[in-house]
Amino acid sequence: MSNLLVTEKVTKKFGDFTALNEVSITVPEHAIYGLLGPNGAGKTTLIRIINQITMPDTGLVLLDGHQLQPDDIQYIGYLPEERGLYKNMKVGEQAIYLAMLKGMTKTDARASLKYWFEKFGIESWWSKKIQELSKGQAQKIQFIITVMHKPKLLIFDEVFSGLDPINANLIRDEILELRNNGTTIIFSTHRMESVEELCDHIALLNHSNKILEGNLIDIKREFKTNTFEVGLHTSDKNQLENVIKERFNVSKANFKSLEDDLKLNIQLADKDTSSELIQFLSAKAQVNHFVEVVPDASEIFIQAVKKNSK
Amino acid sequence: MSKLGLIVKREYNAKVRNKSFIVMTILAPFLMVGMGLLIFYLSKANDSDVKKIAFVDEAKLLDNDSFKDTELVKYINLSNLGTEAAKKEVDTKKYYGLLTIPKQDSLELLAKDIHFYSKKSPNMMMVESLEKKLEHVIRNHKLQRLGIDVNKIKLAKINANIKLSNFSGETTSKMINGFKIALGSFAGYMIMMFIIIFGNSVMRSVIEEKTSRIIEVIISSIKPFQLMMGKIIGNALAGLTQFAIWAVLIAILSMVVSLVFGVSFTEMQSAKVSPEQMEMAKEMMGSAKMQTMINEVMQLPLLSMTMYFILYFLGGYLLYSSLYAAIGAAVDSETDTQQFMMPVIMPLMLGVYVGFASVMNDPHGPVAVIFSMIPLTSPIVMLMRIPFGVPPIQIAISLVLLIASFLFIVWMAAKIYRVGILMYGKKTTYKELFKWLKY
Repeated sequence: MSNLLVTEKVTKKFGDFTALNEVSITVPEHAIYGLLGPNGAGKTTLIRIINQITMPDTGLVLLDGHQLQPDDIQYIGYLPEERGLYKNMKVGEQAIYLAMLKGMTKTDARASLKYWFEKFGIESWWSKKIQELSKGQAQKIQFIITVMHKPKLLIFDEVFSGLDPINANLIRDEILELRNNGTTIIFSTHRMESVEELCDHIALLNHSNKILEGNLIDIKREFKTNTFEVGLHTSDKNQLENVIKERFNVSKANFKSLEDDLKLNIQLADKDTSSELIQFLSAKAQVNHFVEVVPDASEIFIQAVKKNSK
Repeated sequence: MSKLGLIVKREYNAKVRNKSFIVMTILAPFLMVGMGLLIFYLSKANDSDVKKIAFVDEAKLLDNDSFKDTELVKYINLSNLGTEAAKKEVDTKKYYGLLTIPKQDSLELLAKDIHFYSKKSPNMMMVESLEKKLEHVIRNHKLQRLGIDVNKIKLAKINANIKLSNFSGETTSKMINGFKIALGSFAGYMIMMFIIIFGNSVMRSVIEEKTSRIIEVIISSIKPFQLMMGKIIGNALAGLTQFAIWAVLIAILSMVVSLVFGVSFTEMQSAKVSPEQMEMAKEMMGSAKMQTMINEVMQLPLLSMTMYFILYFLGGYLLYSSLYAAIGAAVDSETDTQQFMMPVIMPLMLGVYVGFASVMNDPHGPVAVIFSMIPLTSPIVMLMRIPFGVPPIQIAISLVLLIASFLFIVWMAAKIYRVGILMYGKKTTYKELFKWLKY
């Protein structure tokens, strides 16, 4: 699998403030790539550089192996966090105008817009003005405008913020379909849990630096602590807990269950395996709940920050 | 179509399809012609009141020729009543006022002792004209007392009329100078109005894109500089369309008005001009001077004047509208624009005032020359000077300065614009604007 987008040591300063410090990321083709980090980490600045809205002070951005050029904007679709449309312009006219700015011909733009309007069943909106639509409806139009010029690379900045669950699901399904049809997608968000399940790759940004990047599964493997969350049914919880504590590293767990169980996180030593733990536990109590604790993106982020600051 | 063309087209359409724009385009000529008509009738109605002025001449100063009745003023001699009775008479008969000339041996003392009584404070123009008439009468009496023949003085009266020529031998009249002033002021004033109206509309269009948050979507497709220029050009085209429609509509309307109401436009404009001036003008029109004037108008370098008008118009509009665009980018809403508007409006106003004050006095004086060089005022001041003939070197310097500063200001505005359009929620200060230039 080749890489669609690569940034090499991109640095951007605003006055004395460094917004990006030698950030290098690699976005593989046909993947969903999560650009994660808290507010102010530099995500939007990096995205604006990829969109050629701002220029990096130093560093390179490569698209499809060549250095990014002004013409490349036609291959990129961008849905910014601060988004909107002309309020008193008709939907159809507006969408065609914006697609033509991306380099489409008028005929192509009209055909593509028709396709999407039929797909969403909103043909009647063509000659409405944006101010006549609801916020959710306007978001749909905004999404169509982002994808209608069939870009190779789609960039969504905080895409699900402000969407109701129904529209969020609709957009999510469309994004997955686009990915399956070969589009590469970058999600940027500070709400890491919102995109985690969609991402194949992630990069974590913090204080203008990239602190981690890679395949999400690999990263999770790397960051897992060999810990299992268990729920045990027993008559004497204290006694059982003490027995387990003698052998394993134990902490209280917190999850919802139907029974009044003893809930524990049990961390195994490197030499132990999960089957040994199950055997050990089932000999002493009824095991109602047994799950490996996989760190989610925000836990990985916190750990990565800790690791980096050491 | 190029992307700049696309933006220009959208900006143009957005502007000309705007309801208030359409209403203004159609309504304004009607309003203007209507106002003209109204003023014409009002001033007529005002003057049609015949003023009756009574006088008591105890000094026996006046003869039959001193005060002649006109269409607007009638004089009534109440000398036989005496001052006190005359006052009562004026009050009961509701005359406009009473002029009293007391008996005095010394003409000097007499001249200072003439009174005008009226119920309301009198029209100053009329008082002045009375003063002139009295001065004339008293001077004649004085001359008689000094033993000088008034008729001989009249015979000795000479009207000097200086003919103006330039060194290439063409004669000019004084009228043509008035015409030049009118032409120059009109051009300068037009440019100022255009800049203020359509510079503002560029600014509003920038703010609209910021508040509707579409700006980032757009500049991921095009360069901010292209967007800014597209806006400036699109709005200018919309403005020119409006002005063209106005010109046509006003021409048609005034023709219709003059046919229907029998009011000619020259008459409308001269409604306020005094009868003497009218006489003079008529004299001019009838005489060969009119012919000279037409010749002179034809001799004015109309072609190069038009060319300079276009150059200064473009330079001035582009310069100011990019400033307006930068202001629009630096703020979040129109209410925040105030602090930045002053430095933009000031030089425009200054240009017009300097133009009116100094160019009319002395088109080639130092003040006029300097302000026709400074790029922010030159489009207005230089255009006012050009009809009087400006040395080519001055025009060249002024144009070079204008173009250089236009390039500099567009560059600066583009930088502020580029950063400003992506800034939300912060109140911008001048200090910050300066910082943006370095990003």
